[in-house]
Amino acid sequence: MNTDVAINVGYTEKYGFHDEEKAVFRTPKGLSEDVVRQISAQKSEPAWMLDFRLKALKAFLNKPLPGWGGDLSAIDFDNITYYFKSNDKTAHSWDQVPEQIKNTFEKLGIPEAERKFLGGVGAQYESETVYHKLREDLAKQGVVFLDTDTALKEHPEIFRKYFASVVPHDDNKFAALNTAMWSGGSFIYIPPGVKVDVPLQAYFRINAKNVGQFERTLIIVDKDASVTYIEGCTAPVYSTDSLHAAVVELIALPGSKVRYVTIQNWSSNVYNLVTKRAVAHENALVEWIDGNLGSKLTMKYPAVILQGENARADILSIAYAGKGQHQDAGGKITHLAKNTQSRIISKSISKDGGRTSYRGLLKVKKGCTGVKSTVQCDALMLDDKSRSDTYPTMDIDEEQSTIAHEATVGRIGDDQIFYLMSRGMPESEALALIVLGFISEFTKELPMEYAVELNKLIRLEMEGSIG
Amino acid sequence: MTSVLEIRDLHASAHGKPILKGLSLVIRQGEVHALMGPNGSGKSTLSYVIAGHPGYAVTKGDILLDGKSILTLSPDERAKAGLFLAFQHPVEIPGVNIGSFLFTLFKNKYPKGSAVTYQKELQDILKRLGLTTQFTERALNAGLSGGEKKRAEVLQMLLLKPALAVLDETDSGLDIDSLKIVSEAVNSLRSPMFSALVITHYNRILEFLKPDRVHVLLDGKIAHSGDATLPAELEKKGYRWLKEEL
Repeated sequence: MNTDVAINVGYTEKYGFHDEEKAVFRTPKGLSEDVVRQISAQKSEPAWMLDFRLKALKAFLNKPLPGWGGDLSAIDFDNITYYFKSNDKTAHSWDQVPEQIKNTFEKLGIPEAERKFLGGVGAQYESETVYHKLREDLAKQGVVFLDTDTALKEHPEIFRKYFASVVPHDDNKFAALNTAMWSGGSFIYIPPGVKVDVPLQAYFRINAKNVGQFERTLIIVDKDASVTYIEGCTAPVYSTDSLHAAVVELIALPGSKVRYVTIQNWSSNVYNLVTKRAVAHENALVEWIDGNLGSKLTMKYPAVILQGENARADILSIAYAGKGQHQDAGGKITHLAKNTQSRIISKSISKDGGRTSYRGLLKVKKGCTGVKSTVQCDALMLDDKSRSDTYPTMDIDEEQSTIAHEATVGRIGDDQIFYLMSRGMPESEALALIVLGFISEFTKELPMEYAVELNKLIRLEMEGSIG
Repeated sequence: MTSVLEIRDLHASAHGKPILKGLSLVIRQGEVHALMGPNGSGKSTLSYVIAGHPGYAVTKGDILLDGKSILTLSPDERAKAGLFLAFQHPVEIPGVNIGSFLFTLFKNKYPKGSAVTYQKELQDILKRLGLTTQFTERALNAGLSGGEKKRAEVLQMLLLKPALAVLDETDSGLDIDSLKIVSEAVNSLRSPMFSALVITHYNRILEFLKPDRVHVLLDGKIAHSGDATLPAELEKKGYRWLKEEL
């Protein structure tokens, strides 16, 4: 059957291809003040941004590697190219994108997705955004969807007001690194009351070896506005490691709704160390929908600070760790106002010696009465070699709050496999179906195209598992 | 008539403990047989062994489906060969929607079957079972009541139209109305193309199904066989007299 053929396309075949490395400009390997100055000069940035980058570089150098989470000791910061520019400027029509890069994104299905169901698309290749486009009617309503570098030039006031307001330059070692080296990423501003009914999407692709990608995303959703933003990431398979250290800041002003959907499917040699944090003002709703496949090590804990009364946060995540992979993921919620509500649902799957960890933080400040929070983390291990841990931290200073926490660790039962096989399903299909059922709460929140793609990826991972 | 299922001197054990000890049974095309017997006599073990559960080892004997041994076949291959087991305790698969599961089964069985054919077939089956489309939007067995689980088993059976169905206590946990609906559904399959082995403790379902033969399993062996009048006799006399006969 044709569908089976599509399902059987492996990661390497579908995403693992790589193009010849063609740099218009690249910084020398390693990090130094000089590298930071070169990046800033390339971008003709205002002086304040250069100073800010330099301040962040100091913070990075002063901070030790985190002693928790995954093993970061193998990252060779001196062997990484921090800035790699493959083209001269961002194209706004697909035809203007350099041929080689265009082919890459066509293989990944980006222009097709844009035509079908997106309101805007950004595509980043190595350090710079190569293509950006927003549907005209949205632009007319004042929606801004730009790459972050252009936004700094075109919207300096709003940029400066919000940049690093949620994630300070010295927040953690990798946020500091991002602040010093950042390039590209998405900038979104939705004016008051504008409801964007189609998702905006960005796609990040690392192509060259030993390149760090440090995109910086800043999303501001004004009063009573709403938007869905989707982000996908891939990289080819190389024997040496790449580093992806992104920062995402999200500001949900009163009454707004923001949904941020990520499916990351990195190759197994990428360190994926991401700081994602949102501030939700009164009556705002922030949803992080976060899917993590691939990478060597992912450390990512989408966070929401519930700052205004009645604000709500929803963090829904899945993590899949196969051979040699460690997914250290979870969520953080800080309740700073009365009657705020939050929910974290985390599902993890480990297989072939892979390791998943759930790391969560739930904070309720004293005086924040009427807080409701639910945390549910479920781990599924597919064999005895794999590992799963849960590290929940709760810091509840207000008695008049309702907190529920539930964690399960399970294995797929032989009886489940037998039951499905007795209906005529081969073992790998039975296994995939059980795993897909396990993550269905997540999948059903995805746009259809993404749900289908995720299901294919999971099936693909399961096919290799029957010996 | 040719035999659909033939079990020859079957010995099987679980965790090294012998449970089936020389069981022989022949079901011919179009026949419905009932299997009764006290708890622990090996009835469910037999159903699992026929379906190929990896937790049971066949130590001697053979099972033939349509004249061919199925012992080396995996459970999915047995299903493809025409076997269906309605579980006594259907296994819960959380998050898997009954509807999409049924469609997967349908596509596995009929690769060329269209979605239109499937929908027509499904609606017809649902109606026969007194169910609505809403039922197919629920999770597979997870969160279903005991009776609903049994109906979900019969629903799958009606869709897959097996050559041989083993119904393991499908009647237990069903109220009288449900029992009637399920029995009528099984009867609707009756034809030379369909045979069944119905495992039960009660005569009531057999009054609906009118089995061709009724067997009593005692300590891993068929201790007694009779016609459709045997269950009524067993209900009066119990199993003890058969044990004494042995």
